[in-house]
Amino acid sequence: MLRRKLADRLFTFFCIASAALALIPLLSMLYTIVSKGLSVISLQFLTQLPAPPGEGGGFGNAIQGSFIVVGIASAIGIPLGVAAGMYLAEFPNTKLSRAVSFTADVLTGVPSIITGIFAYAIIVVNFGGFSALAGGVALATMMIPFIVRTTEEAMKLVPWELREASLALGAPRWRTTLQVVLSTARFGIITGTLLTVARIAGETAPLLFTAFSNRFWFEGVMQPVATLPVMIYTYAISPFDEWHAQAWGGALVLVGMILTLNILVRVAAGRRW
Amino acid sequence: MRQSLPSGKRLRGEPASPDILFQAALAVLAALSVLALAALLLLVLLRDSLPAITAFGFDFLLSTEWNPVAGEFGALPFIYGTIVSSLLALVIGVPLSLGIAVYLAEIAPAKVRAVLTPVIELLAAIPSVIIGLWGIFVLAPFVREHLAEPLMEHAGFLPIFSGPAYGYSVLTASLVLAIMIIPIISSISREAILAVPRLQKEGALALGATRFEMLMSVVLPYARGAIFGAVMLGLGRAIGETMAVTMVIGNSPKLFTSLLHPGYTMAAVIANEFTEATEDLYLAALIEIGLILFLISMLVNVLARLITRRYRRVAGGV
Repeated sequence: MLRRKLADRLFTFFCIASAALALIPLLSMLYTIVSKGLSVISLQFLTQLPAPPGEGGGFGNAIQGSFIVVGIASAIGIPLGVAAGMYLAEFPNTKLSRAVSFTADVLTGVPSIITGIFAYAIIVVNFGGFSALAGGVALATMMIPFIVRTTEEAMKLVPWELREASLALGAPRWRTTLQVVLSTARFGIITGTLLTVARIAGETAPLLFTAFSNRFWFEGVMQPVATLPVMIYTYAISPFDEWHAQAWGGALVLVGMILTLNILVRVAAGRRW
Repeated sequence: MRQSLPSGKRLRGEPASPDILFQAALAVLAALSVLALAALLLLVLLRDSLPAITAFGFDFLLSTEWNPVAGEFGALPFIYGTIVSSLLALVIGVPLSLGIAVYLAEIAPAKVRAVLTPVIELLAAIPSVIIGLWGIFVLAPFVREHLAEPLMEHAGFLPIFSGPAYGYSVLTASLVLAIMIIPIISSISREAILAVPRLQKEGALALGATRFEMLMSVVLPYARGAIFGAVMLGLGRAIGETMAVTMVIGNSPKLFTSLLHPGYTMAAVIANEFTEATEDLYLAALIEIGLILFLISMLVNVLARLITRRYRRVAGGV
């Protein structure tokens, strides 16, 4: 009896210790980002172009570039992903549907660097060099499977009776899907889409050799563009202390935006459901 | 409840109705954005790695020489580094993840659970470049001083802990990977534990089992499949992770034996050298590494999906 109880106690202790241990890196990360980042962030840091070490400068163009590249990715990825997810939810018993569903599942596991090679091969090589568009395509490739999944799941939550009621009232199939099912599921789709956007906004690897980097403000969709994650990476591995400090400032901006979006979405979703 | 609506079959001679056009349009978009994308990914990787495949053949996988200047390209150090760092991440991360899952599902008081569950999942939302930044300036110095040096002193007779002890090492990379896969494995496992019918758990407890025995005898057999799937998903994530690993593993293409030494991974070498690869063969070699990485991680992911789908079906049929 004693041995059984002892085993139980030890196991319970192990579980509590695991949970505590997992919090340490998270707290350490948040603490370092905030404490090192706050001292760097200023109006100048947020609005100026990067400068050589010793001359200050900021991450303004990288913040601008991140919004542009993520915007391009969303413009490509969201419509395609929602359409595919809609097909999976509304026509689940076709062969195509099963194939698409399984492939989308598997594509969620494509390493992010691979989407970079993909966009390099089809955009950078064919359209004259690194560009914001190539970065957008790389991120869209990452996005699509997640958007497909989230749309499919949200639309499958809509009861079949609702579709039947709409059809019984004489609405054609396409109106039922677009006006009844899609609008009932829109909250779930928007939630999942925002979480996906938050996820890809922090991606670095797909941008390294697609969007590349730039010391200047945005110069056009077909030109290389600076982004926050790539800038943080470049500054982090540089040999200059001042650049390291600025990398922490960039980290605070990026993590601040991503976590705010995450928390807002989760709070909104929690209240609704 | 019917799981699908009749799809309008067209009668002979009847013009295509808007509904049929609608279904066809969605089908085309679905096929294009998922199936064609997957096929194109594979084709592009194959096409662009062809020069390296024809030049080196099967030796590419077994050669340890990586010397771009001399035109020698072998992928073994990177494949080896990816596999070792990912498996070590599982060794560290899986027990902790399962402990967290059990704690959140069975032990924690409701209030703690409500706070801790989203907080641990928040860890998954932190971009990998930020984890890498933290890895460079916080974790790597900590590992060198408080983990690698003591390990070398006290267990240095083991080849895997032989010195000298570096901060940028396979051990640091595996710790970073473990931190990144813990939210994935623990959240799926927690859901699997919660999905076990309460009556079965209560039955075991009523028969006098301790919580540990109840988990082993009732929960584990039931949740085993989902947990195994979760571990495979975590492995897939670890294999493909790029930035955080690149920033802390030391990037040295050698077949290391000591975990305290630097290594290199497939994803890391692509990230580091792709823009430097001006020669066609160099670029093709990097893309072939990408192809190998793609195939390995797809294999792991397909296995993970098949396992979780099979068990979901079994569990659904009970």
